[in-house]
Amino acid sequence: MSDQAIVEKIKAKFSSEVLGVVEFRGETTITVNKGQIVEICTFMRDKLGYNFLCDLCGVDYLGKSPRFMVVYNLYNITTKQRIRIKAPVDEQDANIDTVSTVWGTANWHERECWDLMGIEFNNHPDLRRILMPADWEGHPLRKDYPLQGPDREPYQGRLS
Amino acid sequence: MGVEETQEPKTLGSGFITTSLDKLVNWSRASSMWPLTFGLACCAIEMMATGAARFDLDRMGILFRASPRQADVIIIAGTVTKKMVPVIKTVYEQMPEPRYVIAMGACASSGGIFDTYSTVQGVDEFLPVDVYIPGCPPRPEGLLYGLMKLQDKIRAERNTFGAAIGVGDVIHNKA
Repeated sequence: MSDQAIVEKIKAKFSSEVLGVVEFRGETTITVNKGQIVEICTFMRDKLGYNFLCDLCGVDYLGKSPRFMVVYNLYNITTKQRIRIKAPVDEQDANIDTVSTVWGTANWHERECWDLMGIEFNNHPDLRRILMPADWEGHPLRKDYPLQGPDREPYQGRLS
Repeated sequence: MGVEETQEPKTLGSGFITTSLDKLVNWSRASSMWPLTFGLACCAIEMMATGAARFDLDRMGILFRASPRQADVIIIAGTVTKKMVPVIKTVYEQMPEPRYVIAMGACASSGGIFDTYSTVQGVDEFLPVDVYIPGCPPRPEGLLYGLMKLQDKIRAERNTFGAAIGVGDVIHNKA
């Protein structure tokens, strides 16, 4: 089944949820609303055979609205096909439903995404920090987080 | 006409030498600095190379120990993240005194290229460092030179034994 056919199947099933489809250098990216992300992911796994979640990450488009994008890189082990799903997340309402019920590996990926980006995952079984120390404040991979930490003078450029 | 009996000059024999306690203590400490097997990043690879056959730390009495209880030196070999600080502190506190710290490489000395929120800008923010070794990473020769510098420092110490049993304080001379 070609990527085109897969996109058509998703569009047929979730017509109101698909915001856009981009094909670039043989990679297909489907942007969807975050509301039914769990249903879409379950459909991708059960009906389209995307049985492996390669990666789940967050992107910070500071200055744009909505600010964040949660990206799901999926892989079909049987047909060796890849597809990417993106869901925009607003800064004021920075949360999205967990897909750890769909792919178990999403559990830690979502913890990382919350730890570094500050995007909350609703109904996550164990949403705590995974990379930063447990008592860390803030989410350091956000674009507006000071690179050298909040307790230091920002870098002024080379003095010499 | 009598043959006088030749008398052995009265000596103490040849079974001992005399020295100062400082020299004896410092000699034994400088000749058996046992570092902790503890690496954090790429500097640890150079540290392993220094310990292996080509550079052979064993010939200097430097044997890596797997337990902080048996170690005299901790070589901070690599980038120290803020999350690692409590671990290093615990390991350091588990070492028996006298204990020494070597900051190996740019990261351990100053944070190196990692001028970021998650990296400690030099291990001297929370440990008393004796020797800083520059380099990214330092070659094994650099680590050897740093260890010899620490030996010089140990040899220059005075009254460490006395201070340990409660007689006076340690006198730190410049090596």
